[in-house]
Amino acid sequence: MSKKLDDNSDLKQIGKKRDVKRKTLPALAMAGPVSLWMILFVTIPMLFIIYISFMSRGVFGDVVYKFSGESYQTLMDATYFKVILKSLRVAVFTTVLCLLVGYPFAYYIARKPKETAAKLIMLIMIPFWTNSLMRLNSWLLVFQTNGPVNSFLQWTGMTDGPITFVYTDGLVVLGMITNMLPFAVLPMYSSIEKLNKSFLEASADLGANGATTFRKITLPLTFPGIFSSIILVFIPTLGIYTVSDMLGGGKVLYIGNIIKNQFGSIRNWPLGAALSVLLIVITMLLIFLYTRFASIEDMEVV
Amino acid sequence: MAVSKVQKKKKAFSILGNVYAVIIYAILYIPVAVMMMFSFNDQRYNYYWNGFTTKWYGKLFENSALIGSLWYSLIIAVLATLISVLIGTIGALGLKRFEFKGRKFINNMLYIPIIVPEIVLAVALLIIFLNIGTALGMGTILIGHCTFCIPYAIVTIKGRISGDDNSLEEASMDLGANRIQTFIRVTLPSIMPGVMSAAFLSFTLSIDDVVMSNMLAGAKQSTLPVLILSMNKAGVTPDVNALTTIMILVIVAAMILNNIIKSALKKRQNKEVAI
Repeated sequence: MSKKLDDNSDLKQIGKKRDVKRKTLPALAMAGPVSLWMILFVTIPMLFIIYISFMSRGVFGDVVYKFSGESYQTLMDATYFKVILKSLRVAVFTTVLCLLVGYPFAYYIARKPKETAAKLIMLIMIPFWTNSLMRLNSWLLVFQTNGPVNSFLQWTGMTDGPITFVYTDGLVVLGMITNMLPFAVLPMYSSIEKLNKSFLEASADLGANGATTFRKITLPLTFPGIFSSIILVFIPTLGIYTVSDMLGGGKVLYIGNIIKNQFGSIRNWPLGAALSVLLIVITMLLIFLYTRFASIEDMEVV
Repeated sequence: MAVSKVQKKKKAFSILGNVYAVIIYAILYIPVAVMMMFSFNDQRYNYYWNGFTTKWYGKLFENSALIGSLWYSLIIAVLATLISVLIGTIGALGLKRFEFKGRKFINNMLYIPIIVPEIVLAVALLIIFLNIGTALGMGTILIGHCTFCIPYAIVTIKGRISGDDNSLEEASMDLGANRIQTFIRVTLPSIMPGVMSAAFLSFTLSIDDVVMSNMLAGAKQSTLPVLILSMNKAGVTPDVNALTTIMILVIVAAMILNNIIKSALKKRQNKEVAI
């Protein structure tokens, strides 16, 4: 619009002034608060935690502000390294199970008429408005030594005595899966729902059977959804400590528990910071891979 | 023959699908059902079922620690919702409608609280607060909650804003309305469903949050989820089950109301368009 007036510098000046009034002030007023909030409470803390991870721990659990790679070396110690590997293993296991269980479920919902599908999605969401710790506590009640599962197993004669489920990794994984399943189902649902049906028909017309169509058409086209699910399940699972606190009874420790302890009883901030940086790096790596073939804005987060 | 075979196969698949869905829903709803059931358990601690009682629904109000943490959680959730929706609504509009330096940076920053594990952001904030000597308490928890609610609010509301098309707003201003009048009478109604979803989401995220609240709480008072986490070792008492049962019923009722209002708004909008 203003391009035609370019040769007239006076008009340009006036235009600039008007632009400031019309654009800059409102932009500042509207995008300003959120930008300020994000910089103050996300950018700065994140940079600071990276900085702290390169400091060292003083004798009294204070932070000594001198550059050192000490905390990262500590992460390589057998005790911590084992926890990291175990957390990764549990997170991978949880993610794979969520995908295997969630994909057919998402497919089932996506094939329903729109109205029914919306209701089915709502039915997934409702349990998640119940306090998450209380839902975990329920699994404890179901699986405890004299709980219904053990009674049933003994009644059927499958076991003689009660099996200890409580405070095991197995129960923690069950808790993780039931807590994470919706985050796996929702992105996959929306990518399956967007799938163009005519591709499937074309594939079938050209003689492909169901399995081939699924492998060659459905799976590749819904891959962005699958990858969103992987990110939304894997990353939180890696950092969560409430599930292992509730179902592991303090005996099952993951990265999240270790980080929390460094800022509580153990007081080794640089080590906790280094573990946090590890989580940030893993997150960024996955996001980078994701952005290679999909836009970050397409990630169904809500 | 061939057709009936295909149909049979299809039917078998649909039955299989239904059975599968029922199993998944059962797994999702069992914890909720068990939680509700044990709110009627006639025992001091929830270890096993000991008979039916409704006494916990009265007794929970005598548990001052429980009620105290409930109020604390509610106040934080309401404030976090108000702040997040306010900043989120104008922020979503600002980020969508205006080009400015650093916009991409802020957009990327918004994804950090959504994607990076919560514990990381929580300890990062904790270090900052302790370093500048802020006393931990309601204020710090509130900041923590807003920091993850604002991004969710913005993502939710942004989806409602119609691209770059602001012809309605321009028409409103051409007709003599000022910016604020335009915002209240034109822009806000059009994104209202998104704003309401954002409010609902912020509230549920805040009231259920454990990690931020746990890391950023002061010594004196904790939120309800943090209290439950600390009860875990000794066993959760049935009055907590009673309270969380009431809460889920209220939230589901609010959600249904929210949907009714949303569809009413939609109908009214459609009517106005028709006129």
